[in-house]
Amino acid sequence: MIAHAETVPSGRNPLVKFILRWLLTTNHKEIGTLYLSLSFLLFFIGGAMALTFRAELAQPGLQLMGADFYNQMVTLHGLVMVFGAVMPAFVGLANWMIPLQIGASDMALPRLNNFSFWIMPFAFGLLLSSLFMPGGAPNFGWTFYAPLSTTYGPPSTDFMILGIHMMGISSILGAINIIVTIFNLRAPGMTLMKMPMFVWTWLITAFLLIMAMPVLAGVVTMMLTDRHFGTSFFEASGGGDPLIFQHVFWFFGHPEVYIMILPGFGIASEIIPVFARKRIFGYTSMVWATGSIAILSFVVWGHHMFATGMPLATELWFMYATMVIAIPTGVKVFNWVATMWGGSMTFETPMLFALGFVVMFTIGGLSGLMLAIAPVDFQYHDTFFVVAHIHYVLYPGAIFATMAAVYYWIPKWTGNMYDERLGKIHFWTAVIALNLTFFPMHFVGLAGMPRRIADYALPFTGLNTFATAGAFLLGLTQLLFLYIVIKTVRGGPKATDQVWEGAKGLEWTVPSPAPLHTFEVPPKVD
Amino acid sequence: MNSQIINEVITVQLAIKRFFVRSRSYGAWAILISLLSTTVLAQGWDMRPGVTEMSQHLRTLHHISLWVCIVVGAVVFGAMFYTIFAHRRSKNPIPATWHHSTKVEIVWTIIPTLILVGMAIPATKALIEIEDNSDADLTILVTGSQWKWHYQYLEAGIGFYSNMSTPLEQINNTEAKGEHYLLEVDNHLVIPTNQKVRFLTSSDDVIHSWWVPDFAVKQDALPGFINEAWTRVPEPGTYRGQCTELCGMNHAYMPIVVDVLPEDEFESWLEDQRIALESMGEAAIAARSRDWSMEELMPIGEDTYLSNCATCHQPDGSGQGITYPAMTGSAVVNGPIENHISTILNGVAGTEMQAWGPQLSDLEIAAVITYERNSLGNETGEVIQPLTIFNSR
Amino acid sequence: MKDKYNPKIKQAAILGVVPIVMFGFAFGLVPLYEVFCELTGFGGGRFEQTVMVSDAPNVPIISEAIDREVNIQFLADVGRGLPWEFRPTETQIRVKVGEVSETTYYARNFSNHSVTGQAVPSVTPAYGAASLQKVECFCFTEQRLEAGEEIEMPVLFYVDADLPDDVGTLTLSYSMFPIQVDEMSHEMANMEHL
Repeated sequence: MIAHAETVPSGRNPLVKFILRWLLTTNHKEIGTLYLSLSFLLFFIGGAMALTFRAELAQPGLQLMGADFYNQMVTLHGLVMVFGAVMPAFVGLANWMIPLQIGASDMALPRLNNFSFWIMPFAFGLLLSSLFMPGGAPNFGWTFYAPLSTTYGPPSTDFMILGIHMMGISSILGAINIIVTIFNLRAPGMTLMKMPMFVWTWLITAFLLIMAMPVLAGVVTMMLTDRHFGTSFFEASGGGDPLIFQHVFWFFGHPEVYIMILPGFGIASEIIPVFARKRIFGYTSMVWATGSIAILSFVVWGHHMFATGMPLATELWFMYATMVIAIPTGVKVFNWVATMWGGSMTFETPMLFALGFVVMFTIGGLSGLMLAIAPVDFQYHDTFFVVAHIHYVLYPGAIFATMAAVYYWIPKWTGNMYDERLGKIHFWTAVIALNLTFFPMHFVGLAGMPRRIADYALPFTGLNTFATAGAFLLGLTQLLFLYIVIKTVRGGPKATDQVWEGAKGLEWTVPSPAPLHTFEVPPKVD
Repeated sequence: MNSQIINEVITVQLAIKRFFVRSRSYGAWAILISLLSTTVLAQGWDMRPGVTEMSQHLRTLHHISLWVCIVVGAVVFGAMFYTIFAHRRSKNPIPATWHHSTKVEIVWTIIPTLILVGMAIPATKALIEIEDNSDADLTILVTGSQWKWHYQYLEAGIGFYSNMSTPLEQINNTEAKGEHYLLEVDNHLVIPTNQKVRFLTSSDDVIHSWWVPDFAVKQDALPGFINEAWTRVPEPGTYRGQCTELCGMNHAYMPIVVDVLPEDEFESWLEDQRIALESMGEAAIAARSRDWSMEELMPIGEDTYLSNCATCHQPDGSGQGITYPAMTGSAVVNGPIENHISTILNGVAGTEMQAWGPQLSDLEIAAVITYERNSLGNETGEVIQPLTIFNSR
Repeated sequence: MKDKYNPKIKQAAILGVVPIVMFGFAFGLVPLYEVFCELTGFGGGRFEQTVMVSDAPNVPIISEAIDREVNIQFLADVGRGLPWEFRPTETQIRVKVGEVSETTYYARNFSNHSVTGQAVPSVTPAYGAASLQKVECFCFTEQRLEAGEEIEMPVLFYVDADLPDDVGTLTLSYSMFPIQVDEMSHEMANMEHL
């Protein structure tokens, strides 16, 4: 799909040439493709892990695995999905689309770009290799609370720590690259307040990454020194405090949640106006809402810790701050609806996924508001209600948004239209399966089923069997997505340059498929 | 006959095809299936009302926020589905051109703010009450360890361990599961009705969390720290809960069972506990004042091993990887006896091997050591006496 | 065109100042955390105690004679791998606010070698923790007990008058952790348990 890169000398073995081309590429489109492919692969690995433990949860009792392996699957599923599926997918989209959307010829720091991608396969190699080690893979949940992960963690924990360090470096470098690109390489005439929403949300996400990832690096370093170098950050016996871990982790962890959702906001804000054939409603307030969500995300981390015995005043602060986040988030949802209002809508697959995103993310947001009420959180905390909440936020939020983006931009990437009928089937089966999987989890949670347990009491059986069936259907629908993507890459009806009737913006002015080098002469924006 | 069937099949196929071509019906199906399945299964799956004033109050708060969410959702989704229906291209071929309205935006910033303030006020009141741990009638120290709870009545000076009593056979599906599968323990925590009971939570190893949904008490148990929570239960009964913070392999297997007794019955229960404690002391004296033979110790040791050690070290002593070493051929089990005794009595710092000294009697420890040294593939021929254990602590 | 402010110098200045500010911030976190924990009562008043060790005023400052009594509960916990018996000699006492009181903890090393332990205190409720002032405590230093040795260790403390009104009971808990268990006995077990 992409023309031959000229960095590789000719006259070599084609396989060597192929490897060298992808290994050494500094082209933003090729690196974007690499990121998206890696994320796709890890999405299936993480999904297979989810199906593994969902299968165990289909019935009470232990049928398929021991409780320890169950914990390993839960842990790796979380880590792989968060750091391997969602984040690289968004970085891949940023790599492909930001230069095209702002009229730049490439990312500002192409070699850094290459480096930050190629760290990732090794980071995940380290993480996943822990499955084959004595003592097994990390088994303490993706939040790796100390001291379970320090004093009591398996030896492979160190591989996880180093893997996370590498992912962190990759993310920070990627974020720097995006910020520099957006600040310096915009086409003449494109002021900040004229940038597409996807670029805006990514700019803010990049700042979140730069602020949050070093904190994560800090906390895993503290783990490492606690494990091997005699420090006692999280060890009461040495004067430390296990809660310090949670404070530092969630100081990273909550902004991380927004890192995984803000680009999704941007994607929905790109797609909905195009298919409603109407300008986005309240662009300025969208930008401000995104900015305030980002800032607020740094002062709400304690809402993950209401049951840890925080003083009353602190609990109140975190409750109020968390509730405040609902306001800018609400503004965004209202603006999307207002964008649609009075439009002339058609419902191609990208639009369907964007609307699915808005509806189901709102459900997740509303259950988030319920969780914010600290006194009631004592009943919700660490139950399946929380599991339902995060999956309603992340699956429609991050995954559906990414899929919407892929359907929306794949004609530009490959020059081919995807199969609209299959796309629609994919959307509707995914929506059904997603709700079958995650909606029952609200109820088992309310009924009192704790999360992260390998085995459960009899009253929870029905809904769990149900959720497991839904999960397998959900897994199957993603195989259909894989098929659609491969089919589109291999061929299909040719796409026009504009692709979508209502599409405006610089990325639609270049040919489809986008040639390897675009905007070598910056376009003019008025 | 045959052609009729074929015709029918074709009609069905056509119908299915027509159905799949029209995207609108997908939506109807999606909504229908999701709604049907979840509402049918959701019967009786609301938050449990519980038995305390606080748990019922929190349920009311839960319902308030749930209804706020349902109403907000209905308004937002209603508007959205209306616009999807009314402003599709076939109905509204020419899109509007407006894209901004400060007035509307101010309105939909202020209304949510007011709703949030309305929700925050009762929430704040409830939280203040939850955190008021003063003036308790009774204090119980709840200490979590992998994977059991240790309860100590501070005023009465008694205490005991509470282990899950669901047999391994039920977990491994070789036996039918009982009514309270995974929610049953050997020693129930007992508290009186109508008294303010204060729970102090702490932990011996990793973070656990003590949760009884019917009391709306959930408090993390942190190693080296103590937290507090309280409850006042008006009705006698048996209430069940579970550990709610991932605490390692058997996180699913450390349930909580609380018996709430009328105050006078509670007093007599306390008295019984004191008597039981004394008779245990007498039994211990009797146990260490004579020599026990291997034949006597082995069955006691096997029972003790299976109910306390086997979940990690496995019933056949094969262990699980490097975290839970095998008993068979173990250097500790086949090494010096003093070392074996102190490992079991005091546990091993920085590992999941806990201190069994406070949990098991001299006789049980002597028996389990004798069992480990003469079974599970080991054959040292040594017999350990309860007196030896008594002298080691 | 020569500008008064060379952009390169300006950029260099910014780049120079940023690391200094970052370093200063990191350096300042220690006192900032102390202030934070004192204000919020985080960490069970532990930071308070750190201060006490170094410059503890041995004579309590009693603001005024207050006629108020509170319950003090004592708890003890033995860390994994420590062959000690360790418990408070009394579980609950009633003290006058502002008055120095004394209690003791009993410890016995029942192993056949000497063992060092370090006690780590924790006070609940957290927002009352800062008011429980320890004048003398065995937790200020490590405790070494020879094989079979037993000891009664005193704690001298007073409850400051600034104790919040709604606190009627303060619970003081000590967890005794092994510092350096004499090898031999545990080396092997450790190896095996990793």
